[in-house]
Parts: sequence; structure tokens; C-alpha cells
Amino acid sequence: MSVTIQHEDFDVATEMGALRASSNNVGAIVSFVGLVRDLSYDEMVENIYVEHYPGMSEKALNKIIDEAKQRWDVLGVRVIHRVGTLGPNDQIVLVATASSHRGHAFSSCEFIIDYLKTDAPFWKKEVKPQGGEWVVTKDSDIQRMERWHRQS
Amino acid sequence: MHIKILYFGRPSESLKLSDETVDVPSSVTTLGELLAWLRARGDIWAQELTENRVRCAINQEFAAWSAKLKQHDEVALFSPISGG
Repeated sequence: MSVTIQHEDFDVATEMGALRASSNNVGAIVSFVGLVRDLSYDEMVENIYVEHYPGMSEKALNKIIDEAKQRWDVLGVRVIHRVGTLGPNDQIVLVATASSHRGHAFSSCEFIIDYLKTDAPFWKKEVKPQGGEWVVTKDSDIQRMERWHRQS
Repeated sequence: MHIKILYFGRPSESLKLSDETVDVPSSVTTLGELLAWLRARGDIWAQELTENRVRCAINQEFAAWSAKLKQHDEVALFSPISGG
């Protein structure tokens, strides 16, 4: 199973180990881990609440992974996205890709996290001392995603 | 026409609703018309459900406001996404 959405934390080493064991032809594994920060635009964040659209989020992530597999020589992909209440420094998301060569592993990992930000139905609410605030898609995230259009 | 509506993110919180099934009049044929029909409930509905504040999906695919609705569609209305 390459996509999991869960409340529980995940262990990066375990997930990397599973990708490593998936094929003797794996020459490189790249992983991205997203963490909760305690500051957002200089405002203190006490915790965040993450929700998703069950069914659609898995479908959207699988579509992004399929697209990455078409663009690069990818042997394995693991995506874990956590939901629920998370505190500063907690892990939110893991994207790990395995390939024979590092170039393909680096590019596919970055592609997947960039598209996850703009195309997968997850929502984050930041709980601050002055109240809760739903985060909106950042322009910088849209720009990062659009770079991949120019390269295709 | 019966439509199931799911709410996520900010609209779900402000409307205090995660899902509902509605029976819309025959004048409602597109997502944009469904949104306007929901806004006619007034108050918070009118404030929250404007085309520039919410995004939408039909049957788990992102959709435009001009998209046509059909019987038993699953529509989702949500604030801009912000995962990762």
C-alpha cells in the first residue's frame, strides 16, 4: 500500500527500510518529511488540526503518484499523511521515493510533495492564542507546482 | 434531484455541518446554481458559500462552478486546500 492516511505517527526508518527491501534494483531513496512549526507568519501556533476528504484524498494522491511514475523511473513510493490534532515538531507528512538512480528519486519525491500541496484535499487549521484559522493554499505552493508544467 | 453534500475545512466549521442530502428544485442544474440555492438559506450560508471563498468537487474530482449535476451526485464544498 503506497498511500496511508492515519492519525498515528510514523517511523521514517521503518518506511525507508520497506522501500529498500522492495527491490534489489533500488539504488537511491529520497524522503521528505513535513513537520508542524510553532510559528506561522510570525504568529505563535499552539497546535494544528488536519482533516481530509476520505476517499478523494487517497484517489488524488494515487493520481499524483501515477503521474510521477510516468515521468520518472520510480521503483517504489510511500506517502503517509497524518490527520487530527498535531503539535509543534510533530511529523505531518512523509513522501519517500525509491529509484535505481538518485536523479529520479529526488525529482519524483519533490514532484509528489509539490502536487500534494495543491491537488490533494487536506485542510489545516492553525490554533493560535487568538483563535483558530484555516490555512489557505499559499501562492508559493502554487508557483512550485506550476514549475512542473514548464518542465513537462 | 437528490444530491449529497459534504463540507470540509472552514465552511464545515462555520455551518456546523459535515454533510447533508438535499432535494434540489429542477432550476438547479449546475454546481454554481446549487451554491446560489444554498446561499438563499441566508445568514452564515450567504456569507460563507460564495464562489471565491469555497472550492468544490463532484464525485471526488475537482470541478468548476459550471459543471452539471446529476441525480445522486456527491458534491463537496470546502475552503482552499492546505495539506502537507
